[in-house]
Amino acid sequence: MSELKLMKGNEALAEAAIRAGADAYFGYPITPQSEVIEYLMTEQPEKRTGMVVLQAESEIAAINMVYGAASTGKKVMTSSSSPGISLKLEGISYLAGAELPAVIVNVVRGGPGLGTIQPSQADYFQSVKGGGHGDYKLYVLAPASVQEMSDFVEDAFDIAFKYRAPVLILSDGLIGQMMEKVQLKDQKTRLTNEELIEKYGNWAVTGRKNRERNIITSLDLQSEKMEARVHRLMKKYEQMEKEDLRYEKILCDDADYLIVAYGSSARISQKAIELARKKGIKAGLLRPITLFPYPKQPLFELADQVKGILSVELNAGQMIEDVKLSVEHKVPVEHFGRTGGIIHTPEEVLEALEQKIINNERTRHHKTRESSIL
Amino acid sequence: MTEEIIIAGFGGQGVLSMGKILAYSGIMQNQEVSWMPSYGPEMRGGTANVTVILSDERISSPYLKLFDTAIILNQQSMDKFEDTVKPGGILIYDPNGISVHPSRTDIEIFQVEATKLAAEMGNKKIFNMIILGGFLKEKPIVKLENVIEGLKKSLSERYHYLIPLNEEAINKGMSSIIPYKAKEKVIQ
Repeated sequence: MSELKLMKGNEALAEAAIRAGADAYFGYPITPQSEVIEYLMTEQPEKRTGMVVLQAESEIAAINMVYGAASTGKKVMTSSSSPGISLKLEGISYLAGAELPAVIVNVVRGGPGLGTIQPSQADYFQSVKGGGHGDYKLYVLAPASVQEMSDFVEDAFDIAFKYRAPVLILSDGLIGQMMEKVQLKDQKTRLTNEELIEKYGNWAVTGRKNRERNIITSLDLQSEKMEARVHRLMKKYEQMEKEDLRYEKILCDDADYLIVAYGSSARISQKAIELARKKGIKAGLLRPITLFPYPKQPLFELADQVKGILSVELNAGQMIEDVKLSVEHKVPVEHFGRTGGIIHTPEEVLEALEQKIINNERTRHHKTRESSIL
Repeated sequence: MTEEIIIAGFGGQGVLSMGKILAYSGIMQNQEVSWMPSYGPEMRGGTANVTVILSDERISSPYLKLFDTAIILNQQSMDKFEDTVKPGGILIYDPNGISVHPSRTDIEIFQVEATKLAAEMGNKKIFNMIILGGFLKEKPIVKLENVIEGLKKSLSERYHYLIPLNEEAINKGMSSIIPYKAKEKVIQ
């Protein structure tokens, strides 16, 4: 049976990697995600499952170790926080280009630069709009609880191997460092090379025996071949949008106003809509669980129902661009969020909803104009 | 039932571990719990606080502006968190080192002389358990037996011999907590 524990988000994620049957973890410490490597070093999973845990000499070394291990078809993970992820981006682009499965975790802190060690969601653009160079995207999962920090590790590996593509778990310092009750999954055994080939196909470099050689590379100097590769990547992203979009609607059925928020901001915004409903304001929350693919269609449909949308993020306004693209100017969309490592309170979110959306002239004007057209 | 608590003091006072024991006690009686720390880059001597929520329902925000209970262990925290107690809520503090006492009259205020009592008991480290005892006397949200189970879970086994001492400290806190009547601030 699975166990119930009180754990930090970072620890739950580390334990989940062992239980998901990961073959290797390569990382380099940085606040606020150091508990991941700290936990793995203490747990010594090489004794439990044979999983390799190695502290690399730098973030760049770690991501290239991931590339190497992933090339052999192994389940491999790395984690870091914002400045460290910036260092890994070249490697992440290579992983995407070489079509390698890997799980990358970003426990976001405030930036730019070295910024602050406190929580932030300012790496949204970096996560969903490329980050590294070239035509690629990452499948991005945004956990909002310690339970999801645990559950999403296995989900991320499943997606990474389904598409042969790197997957990002985008967390933040709040979810990483807080403790909650978590139900751990049962231990999965690590796959042998034979099981791997049977389950995911014969693509990895495992030592050629009676087969064509497999080549893992992101380089293609023949333009036609390179274009074909880019088209293949785009097909994967289209399929992700069709098959693996995830989101959650909370109190949306009768909502007049909508908050869109992910991760820690979604938790805070949920309390804000509870407070709003106590005041008689019908507010709802749409929580994107995947940031790519983005819940465009659900938002597009909700825009017909609500009078205005507030995008709540711990940054200066990043996801709001995707909200606006999704609703195609059907309703006013505003942003609210604290930065610099300051976390907005539910009360602040509610106040922003009232000031920027409910009492906003544009919101009122928008609906009057619409009703006059009708 | 939902209880929203802030525990605030210096790093090294056992603020975070007190919160952890409380959270584990909640799990022992099948409640939802969250424990959200906030501390500066410095360790011992810096400020540290933790928001602990115990609830029978799914917890939405782990980060709050207002609390049912504030447990305050130094002057800086008093300055910062006295105003965050909801009207009708409670504030518990150790008067040791407090120069500006709380002044609100719309909340219940209690004192536990935990620093002094811990010194008398010969172990400064049980300070936080004395405070926890005081809190549980006023807000018996978790049963003592579940606190002991919570202690077992949050202490590594080599420290389990300390559990009777911790239990004694909790009882000491329960019998030592006293109400404090705020003197209203004179507006000049």
